[in-house]
Amino acid sequence: MPVFDQQETRKPPISQIGAVLWLKTNLFSSWINSVLTLASLYLLYILIPPLLNWMVFDASFSFGTVNFFGFEIKFSEEMATNDNCGRVGACWPYIYEKLYMYTYGFYPRTETWRPNIVFGLTALLFVIVPLVKNYKYKNRVTLSLIILYPLISYVLIAGGFGILTPVDTDQWGGLLLTLIIASVGIIVSFPIGVLLALGRQSNLKVIKLFSTLFIEFIRAVPLITILFMASFVLPLFLESGNYFDKLLRALIGIALFQAAYFAEVVRGGLQAIPRGQYEAADAIGLSYLQKNVLIILPQALKISIPNIVGSSISLFKDTTLVLIIGLFDMLAMVNLTSNDPYWLGREPEGFVFVTMVMWAILYTMSRYSRKLELRFNTENKN
Amino acid sequence: MSDKKTNIIEISDLNKWYGDFHALKNINLDIKEGEIIVVCGPSGSGKSTLIRCVNFLEKFQEGSILVSGTELTDDAQKIRKIRSEVAMVFQHFNLFPHLTIVDNLTLAPIWVHNETKQEAREKALKLLDRVGIKDQAEKYPNQLSGGQQQRVAIARSLCTNPKIMLFDEPTSALDPEMISEVLDVMIELANEGITMICVTHEMGFARKVANRIIFMDDGQIVEENDPDNFFTNAESDRLQIFLDQILTH
Repeated sequence: MPVFDQQETRKPPISQIGAVLWLKTNLFSSWINSVLTLASLYLLYILIPPLLNWMVFDASFSFGTVNFFGFEIKFSEEMATNDNCGRVGACWPYIYEKLYMYTYGFYPRTETWRPNIVFGLTALLFVIVPLVKNYKYKNRVTLSLIILYPLISYVLIAGGFGILTPVDTDQWGGLLLTLIIASVGIIVSFPIGVLLALGRQSNLKVIKLFSTLFIEFIRAVPLITILFMASFVLPLFLESGNYFDKLLRALIGIALFQAAYFAEVVRGGLQAIPRGQYEAADAIGLSYLQKNVLIILPQALKISIPNIVGSSISLFKDTTLVLIIGLFDMLAMVNLTSNDPYWLGREPEGFVFVTMVMWAILYTMSRYSRKLELRFNTENKN
Repeated sequence: MSDKKTNIIEISDLNKWYGDFHALKNINLDIKEGEIIVVCGPSGSGKSTLIRCVNFLEKFQEGSILVSGTELTDDAQKIRKIRSEVAMVFQHFNLFPHLTIVDNLTLAPIWVHNETKQEAREKALKLLDRVGIKDQAEKYPNQLSGGQQQRVAIARSLCTNPKIMLFDEPTSALDPEMISEVLDVMIELANEGITMICVTHEMGFARKVANRIIFMDDGQIVEENDPDNFFTNAESDRLQIFLDQILTH
C-alpha cells in the first residue's frame, strides 16, 4: 500500500483574497451587476451632496441667546429680525428653540423633572434587565419591575394623589406622548395577545370563536378607523356623565388593535411547537395552565421574539396616527411649531429631526431584540 | 403467573375511530400488577394508539379502560390522577428543550406532586445516576445524544413513582449503537417489578423480559402468547409472516 507524504498547508492565491476579490464578487460579478453598481453610485452622487449641503454646510448652527445692551434677547426674535437663518440651508436653531415642544409638548415647564426621571428610568430598565440575568432572584426582580415601572411612571407624569401637581393629559405631548402611547400599547396588548392566541387554539368552541372573530375583525380594519371609532363613535354610546379621557380612549383602541397582531405572531410560535411537547406535558400530568405557562409559551415566545419586536416597531411608527384625533405626539409637533410666526415654513427641519429621532429609537430597539434573541439561543446550543 | 395478583389495567371492548377509520377493534386486555407486556405488529396496526389510550392521550369512542380501579372518562381530575400513576416514554423522547436535564425531571414532582425543590432535585439526581447520566444534569437536552436523551426521558417518567410505564417505540428513533444502552435501563426496570407495556420491535428484549407478547394487526389483537411459544408456535399466518419478516435479518 502506498504511503503519502503529509501535505503542507498554503495560503490561497493572492488574486483570491482581499479587496479586489470582494469588489469582483460583490459589485462587478456580471455586467448587470456592474450596471446596477454604477447606477447606484450615480444616484448617491446626485442625492448625497445636496442633502449634505442643506443639512450641514449651508445650515445655520448659531445657537444660544444674544446679549444686547444687557438684555437677554430671545433667540427666535433675534432670528426673525435678522433673518440670518436664510432659506438656503437648514435652520437648526429652530429645533434647538422648539426642542422643549418636541420632547414634552405642553407639559408645564416647572415640572419637567418628572418626565426626565421617567426617561431616566426607562433607560435604566434597558441596562438593568441584561445585568440581572444571572442573579438568583431575577424572576422576582423582573416581575416587580414590570409592575412598579408603569406605576411610578404614571404617578410621576400624571401627578395628583395629593403629592404632585396634576398635569392634564391634554398637556402631554411630543416624544413623551409618543413613548407613552407606544409603551402602554405594547405592554397592555401583549398579555391580551397571548390570551387571544391561546384562545384561538383552544378546544372550547365558544372561546375559539370569540378569539378568531376578534382577531379577524381587528386585523381587517385600519388603525385610523379604530382610532376614530374610539375617539368619536365610542362617546356616542356612553352617557355624557361617563366621558373619559381622549388619550385613554386612544390607548384602548391601540391596545386592542395591537393585541390582535400580537395574537397572530404568538399563534405562529405556538404552531411551531411540536405536538410531542404537548403530549409529554400531558403525560406527566400538568394541567392546561401549567402546560402552557411552563412548557409551551416559553418556547413559543422565544421563537416569536423577532416577530414580536417587528410588530412592536410597526406599532411605534403607527402611534404617529394619533395626531388625526387631536393628540400632539412628536410628529404633530412639526406642524404645530412651524405655525409659529417666527419660524414659518420650517417643516423640513422638523421632519428630518423627527425622522432621525425615530430612527435612533427603532434601530436601538431592533438591535436590542437581536441581542435578546442571541442570548436565549445560546441556552440550548451545543 | 399466579392469579392472586390483581389486574392493574382492564381494557374491555375498546373501539376507536379516527374519523371513519376504525383504528382499534374490540380490544380486550387485562394486565396484572408487575406484568411486562410487549406489543408488536406491523406499522399502522394500532399498537401505539392502544397504549396512548391507556393514559388518555387518545380519546376512544366505545368500551372502557380501568387503571388501578379508576375508569377513564373525560373528567380532568381523574385523568390527571391516572396520568400521575401512568408514565410514558415516547419514540422521540419529547424532552423540554428550554429546560436543563434536572429541571426536566423535577417539573412534575414540583408542580403536580407538590414536592419541594430540594426533595425533587435530590430524587432527580438519584434517578439520573441510575440511568448513568448524572454528570449531564445541568446540560440542555440538545447537548445530549439520542440514547442519553431517551434515558433522561425514562428517568423523567420515573420521577413521579409511577405504577405503570408505557413505552411507545422507545428505540425506533435511535442510532443502532445507542439502542442497547436504553434497553439495558428498560431491562433493569422490568426486573424491579414495575408494570410495563412496551410497543417495540426489539424481539431480543421481548424474549428476555416479557411475560406476554401481543401481536396486533389491523386494529385487533391477533395473537397473544408467552415468549417461548410466541416465536416458535405462531398460530396465525399473519404472525408467521410478520415473524419471518423481522427475524430473517
